[in-house]
Amino acid sequence: MTTAAATASGEIQGRSLWQDAWARLRRNRLAVVCIFVLGFVILFCTVGSLLCNWSPHVTNLDLKAKPPGYEETLDRETWLRHKYDDLAPEEEQRFAQALKAGEGPENVTLRHWLGTDTLGRDLLARTMQGGRVSLMVAGIATAVALLIGVTYGAVAGYLGGRTDDKMMRFVEILRALPFLIFVILLTTMFGTRLWLIYLSIGAIEWLTMARIVRTQVLGLARQEFVEAARSLGLPTSRIIFRHIIPNVLGPVIVYATLTVPAVMLLEAGLSFLGLGVQPPQSSWGTLISEGADQMETYPWLLAGPAALFSITLFCLNFAGDGLRDAMDVKTAKD
Amino acid sequence: MSALLQLEDLSVHFPKKRGLFSKSHEVLRAVDGVSLEIQRGEILGLVGESGCGKTTLTRAIMQLQPITAGRIQLEGRDLSHLTATELRLARLNFQMVFQDPYASLNPRLTIFSALAESITARTGPLEYEDIKQRVAALMERVGLSPSAALKYPHEFSGGQRQRIAIARALGPEPRLLLADEPVSALDVSIQSQIINLLLQLRCDLSLTMLFISHDLGVVRFIADRVAVMQNGKIVETGHTENVMDAPQHEYTRALLAAAPGLRRTASL
Amino acid sequence: MPLLDVQNLRVAFHTRNGVVRAVTGVSLSVEKGQTVGIVGESGSGKSVTCYSMLGLIPMPPGRIEGGTANFDGVDLLKMSRAELRAIRGRRISMIFQDPMTSLNPYMRVGDQVMEPLRIHEGLCKAEALPKAIAALAEVGIKNPEERVRQYPHEFSGGMRQRVMIAMSMITRPELLIADEPTTALDVTIQKQVLDLIKERQRALGSAVILITHDLAVVSEVCDYVNVMYAGRLVESAPVGELFRNPRHAYTRSLMRSIPALQPKGGTLYTIPGMPPDLAKLGPGCAFRVRNAENGYLCLTDRDPEIIEIAPGHRVQNCPGCLERGNA
Repeated sequence: MTTAAATASGEIQGRSLWQDAWARLRRNRLAVVCIFVLGFVILFCTVGSLLCNWSPHVTNLDLKAKPPGYEETLDRETWLRHKYDDLAPEEEQRFAQALKAGEGPENVTLRHWLGTDTLGRDLLARTMQGGRVSLMVAGIATAVALLIGVTYGAVAGYLGGRTDDKMMRFVEILRALPFLIFVILLTTMFGTRLWLIYLSIGAIEWLTMARIVRTQVLGLARQEFVEAARSLGLPTSRIIFRHIIPNVLGPVIVYATLTVPAVMLLEAGLSFLGLGVQPPQSSWGTLISEGADQMETYPWLLAGPAALFSITLFCLNFAGDGLRDAMDVKTAKD
Repeated sequence: MSALLQLEDLSVHFPKKRGLFSKSHEVLRAVDGVSLEIQRGEILGLVGESGCGKTTLTRAIMQLQPITAGRIQLEGRDLSHLTATELRLARLNFQMVFQDPYASLNPRLTIFSALAESITARTGPLEYEDIKQRVAALMERVGLSPSAALKYPHEFSGGQRQRIAIARALGPEPRLLLADEPVSALDVSIQSQIINLLLQLRCDLSLTMLFISHDLGVVRFIADRVAVMQNGKIVETGHTENVMDAPQHEYTRALLAAAPGLRRTASL
Repeated sequence: MPLLDVQNLRVAFHTRNGVVRAVTGVSLSVEKGQTVGIVGESGSGKSVTCYSMLGLIPMPPGRIEGGTANFDGVDLLKMSRAELRAIRGRRISMIFQDPMTSLNPYMRVGDQVMEPLRIHEGLCKAEALPKAIAALAEVGIKNPEERVRQYPHEFSGGMRQRVMIAMSMITRPELLIADEPTTALDVTIQKQVLDLIKERQRALGSAVILITHDLAVVSEVCDYVNVMYAGRLVESAPVGELFRNPRHAYTRSLMRSIPALQPKGGTLYTIPGMPPDLAKLGPGCAFRVRNAENGYLCLTDRDPEIIEIAPGHRVQNCPGCLERGNA
C-alpha cells in the first residue's frame, strides 16, 4: 500500500482488508485448528528432527523392519554415528573427534517409535527428514506458482488484446514442453540437485495458475469498477494489485491448496525415476511408495508417513477453505 | 454560455474480428463522425438504443478508448496534444457514473477506501485527518451518513450504491459528469431520488452533465438539450422540448412512438 | 370461474439472517384470456408469487406456508412435482427477463423450440420440426427453415425474445407468465415484443400474467393490475380505474414519481426512504415509514385487510394509506 489514502483507510478502521480477513478467519474454528496442526507438522519436521536421537541415514541390517516401539541398545560409537550423521565430509571428522574425546553415554537404550525400515533405519527420523523435503518442495513450488502465476495471469488478463495473446502463447509453449524431458535435461546439465526439483516443479505449476488467474481477470477487467479506477488515472500496477488481484484470491487460494499435494506427488514420481531426491535421503513421497511395496509384510512402513501426509493435506484443504471465506468480504457479517 | 466540451468529427472504429490467419480490413464504425458541444452547466441527454455507440462515445471522451479520427476539446484545448501528465489531470475533469451499481464498486474496498482513492487521485497524498473530512463531506453531499464509511458495498442497497458511485465520481472534482444510464437499473421510487440528487449536484457544484439514457421520460425531465444517436451518428440535436414535441428525424419519431406510456401517461 | 385463483398465498425464505416473508397473504385471480399485471419494486415479491405456484423457488430455503392456487379448479400448491412438471411448459409457460441467458447457447434454436412439444406431447423430431418452423414464422422470424438450425448467439436480443415467445407458446398454454419480458430490451424492440405477446395471446386465447416494475408498460398492455409492496398486495384494479383513481398511498406515490409526468425544472417527487427489510418487518402497514402524508395514521398493530372499494377495485384498508373520498 503506497499512498496516504491506503494507509489512512487502515487507520480509521483499525482494519484493512487483511485485518478484516484475519478477524473473519479467527472465527472459523476448524480453519484455525487446521492452521495450528499444519504449524505443528512443520515444527515436528524441523525442530523435532533436531531433538531426535536417531539419524535417518544410519543403517543396521540386524534390525531390519522392526515394528514400532522396538528398543535398541546402542554403544557409544553407534550413538555418535547417529548424532553426526550428515553425509558431508566435515561431519565425518567431527565424528572422529567426538569419538576420541569420549563424548556421549557409554550404553543407552532407545526406542524406535515408528519402528525401522528394511535397512534398519529409524522410521521416525526418516519421516521427519522426508517431511522437510516434501514441505519444502511444496512450499517453494506453490510460492513460485503463486507469485509468478498470479502476477503473470493478472497482467495478461488486464492488458488483454495482443499482449495477452503473446503472453498466453508463451505459457502454452512452455506447457507443451514434456515435463520429464525438461527435468532430464536439467539434471544432465546440472546434476541431480534438490533445488532443481523445486525450480522445475515451480516452473510448470505456475502455468496453470496463470491461466486460471487470467480467465478470472479477463472478466473482472471489463467490470465497471475497474473502468472507474482507470478514469481516476490510477497507475496500471495499482489497479492490478488493489482492484483486481484481491478479487481473484478466492479461486487462487483454492487452486493453491490443490497445488500442494500435486507437487508432493510429482516430486515422489520424479524421485521414483531417480531424478528427484537421491537415496539415502527421503521424502514423504518416496517413503510412501516404499511403504506401499511392503504393505502386507511390514504395514508400519506405510502407516507413519501416510498418516502424516494425509493429516497435512486434510488440514491444508480446510485451512484453504477458511482462508478463501475469510478473504470474501461477503461471508461473515458481524 | 461557452462550450465546456467540444467533439469534432469524432470517430472510433474497431476492426471486425476474423479468424486466426485471415486479416480483415472491414471495420465497425462504432462512433462515426460525431460533432457535439456541451455547454457549461447544461445537462445534455444522449438517447439511442443499445449498440448505437453511446457507450463507445463516452469511453472515448473518458480517454479509455483510443479514437480513430477527430478531436476532443476541453475548454478549447485539444486533448490529443497534451503530454501524459497533462492528460492525466485533464481526464480527471471527466468522471463517470455507471449503470450497474453492483458492478461499479470494488466489492473488496470499504466506502472510505474507495472515496479516499478518488479524492487523492487529483490531490495526491493527503494528511489522514484531511482525507477523513473530505470523505465525510462527500458522503453528506450525496445524502449518505458518514458513519457508514467503513462498510463494504454489499452492505448497501442499489440506490445507496449508486449514491456511493456518484460520490466517487465527484471525488476528483470533475467538471463534466458522464452518467451512463445511471438510473435504469434502479427501482422507480429510488430512480427519482437519484435524479433529484443529480439535479441538486448540478446546482450546488455547477456540474455539467452528459446524461445517457434510453428512458425518454427521464431524459425529458432532466435534460436541457438532447442528442439522438443512431448507428454511430448523431441524427438530431436540439432543445429537449423541441426534439420531443416536434421530432425532425424519422428515427427520433420512431423512438418516441415506441416509448411505452408516454402517450398514455401524458394524457393522464 | 377464473382460470387461476390465488388465495392468501404465503411464502417465506428461511435464511441465516432470519425468516424473510417474501409473500404475505396475496390473493389474485386471472380470467381466461385476460392480461393481468403485477407491478412492484425489486423485492416486492412479484416474481416469488408466480414462481412459488409453479414450484420454481428453491426449497429449502423457500417454504410455502399457506394459501391455495387453483388453476382450472386444481390446487397447484398440492400437486406433486411430477404433476407440476406436466403442467409447466404445457398449460402454463414462462418468459424470462434476460433473453441472453434464458436460451441454451449450445443447443440449436429449433431443438429448443421443439423441446416442449417433444416432452409434453411426445412428438418425434420429424413431427415437431414443421411446428417449430411455423411457430418461429408466427413470431415474425424470417427464413425460419434456416434459422432453426442456428444457435442463439446468431440472434439479436429482440430476436431471442421472439424465440422465447415462440417456444413458450408452442404448446398453446392457457396461461403465460412473462417476468419482465422487456426490461433488458431497447425501447423500439420493447414495443415490438409487447405487441407480439398481445398478438399471440389474442390468437391463442391465453391469459397472461405480466410481471414488471414499469407502470408505463402496464398501462399499455394490461387489463387488470395488482400493485405489490413488501410482499403484500396493496391495491388491485382494472387498469383504467387504477390510473384514474389510485387509492393507496403507495400506488399514488409511484405514479407521481414517474419523471415523464412531472413538470420540468422542479424537484422530482420521490418516495422517501427505502423498501423495508422483509426479514425485520413486523405487523402493521408496511408502507407507514415511507408514507410522507398520513404515515402517522397507519396501522401499527396488525396487517391492514383488503377491502373492495369499488367493483373490481380492491385496496388495503389502512387509515393512513387509503384515500377515501377522492375521485
